[in-house]
Amino acid sequence: MDSIFILKTIIILVIFAVSLGIAAYETYFERVIAAYIQDRIGPDYAGPFGILQPLADAGKLFFKEDFIPTKADKWLFILGPSLAMLTALLTSAVIPFGDSFIYEGQAVLVQGIDVNIGILWVFGIVSLGVYGILIGGWSSNNKYSLYGAIRAASQNISYELAMGLSIIAILMMSESLSIRKIVEDQHGINWNIFYQPMGFIIFLTCAFAECNRTPFDLPESENELVAGYHTEYGSMKLGLYLFSEYVNMFVTSAVLASLYFGGFNYPGMDWVHGFLVKSTSFTVGHNLATGIGIFVLLGKICFFIFLFMWVRWTLPRFRYDQLMNLGWKGLLPLSVINLVITAAAELSGKPLMGSWIGLACFAVVLGLIWPLIKPKKTAV
Amino acid sequence: MTLLETLYLPEIARGMGITLKHFFMKKPTIRYPEQKRYLGPVFRGHHILKRDEQGRERCTACGLCAVACPAEAISMVAAERVKGEEHLYREEKYAAAYEINMLRCIFCGLCEEACPKEAVYLRHDKFVPVFTSREQVIYGKDQLVEDMNDRYERDAWTKEEMQKLWDKQK
Repeated sequence: MDSIFILKTIIILVIFAVSLGIAAYETYFERVIAAYIQDRIGPDYAGPFGILQPLADAGKLFFKEDFIPTKADKWLFILGPSLAMLTALLTSAVIPFGDSFIYEGQAVLVQGIDVNIGILWVFGIVSLGVYGILIGGWSSNNKYSLYGAIRAASQNISYELAMGLSIIAILMMSESLSIRKIVEDQHGINWNIFYQPMGFIIFLTCAFAECNRTPFDLPESENELVAGYHTEYGSMKLGLYLFSEYVNMFVTSAVLASLYFGGFNYPGMDWVHGFLVKSTSFTVGHNLATGIGIFVLLGKICFFIFLFMWVRWTLPRFRYDQLMNLGWKGLLPLSVINLVITAAAELSGKPLMGSWIGLACFAVVLGLIWPLIKPKKTAV
Repeated sequence: MTLLETLYLPEIARGMGITLKHFFMKKPTIRYPEQKRYLGPVFRGHHILKRDEQGRERCTACGLCAVACPAEAISMVAAERVKGEEHLYREEKYAAAYEINMLRCIFCGLCEEACPKEAVYLRHDKFVPVFTSREQVIYGKDQLVEDMNDRYERDAWTKEEMQKLWDKQK
């Protein structure tokens, strides 16, 4: 029992270290991808290809003056970035990074904790995450910070609704809140994206908004609000805010991959598992197959992280009223319709065909009634 | 707006296609301190006082460059060549001191055009480096006179030769 406990501890520590390490290298790849998209080269002086750049950045931030404004609420000012970082790191606990490792005849899941309310956990923690921003912006005692914080709060509330409704459609299919169960239902290439293309687009858009990434980075829009909620922050407290954004991006990518792109499942996984078990022993083969699954999930996560950055350096920022219009008048009704289509498809007994027919019907109806419900052009 | 435009998605896909195309493009970056661009044959950079083929200074300290200089950056002290110095100075009179104040110099090249002895030139291949203290601002003969081991060459020395170069390029 003790060795199982140690193995579990190692897995948790590795998940923790990997999510921190990937987040650190996201800062580097963000700069490189931005540079490449803008026909530049990007940072490549620190070490070969600049791979020591995150260390240099962190070192710089640590050596800067840790300044607290006189009129700021000191303890809340410190609590803000800590809370942002804490919530960002908590989320990765429930994500199944792989199947299981067999050790001394017992299967140890490659996951922090397999709680049966997994997706609710993610939701709860992500909603807590906005408190970090809100407290930081409020306690700074600065108008721009407060504006940024308020924007973050209202944006997160608006987009959480559509996000939650699109997840409910997933839950209808899996009949469980546990992320592991959701992932295991997508065995092979039976991924949810094929059942819910519209749900995926809604979820993706909301994920951008929840992570405060462009095109929805209004809380820190630098040409309106100086730097938004972290205007007054410097040194590693600023570093923690920026870092928590990258950790959030990693976790969101992992959730996206788990919910819609099959997590650690990949086409032909049964054949690989069988082949490895046949050519070695059952234990070794199973563990190797699990390892491959982990790398498949990491590949999917890297793709989504790239997508986040790709979108960031393509799309301009939304205006605030456009953001609210999109959230309340666009995504929320769409996610309700997505819910209805999924429910009907599940009832029909042929979910795949049903959901596509439902989507096609919805597109036709929308196209027909569009001239009637078309929003009037108003001067802003 | 039509329905498709309201969806944003087709235009987003088009925009992302454009950025992805740029992602894989060849980068035009020139890594400046290590890699330098050719500035062209007529660039006006660091001043140089030329020597002739036998290594004698060409400058005769006539002062025409100082007169031509719109920024009044050039000053000099003339001296007479004595016997035994024929291998050092080409003319009977030479510049005992020749100073250019680089804070004043505007690199217009009028000194080069005024010089009757083809002595002062502005190099096309070298900048005047950044200075950080007042002592470094005034360039004396030690920094300006040509080094015979590392002679300055260019494709055209006079306006006429330059014109020929241009004509050839056309």
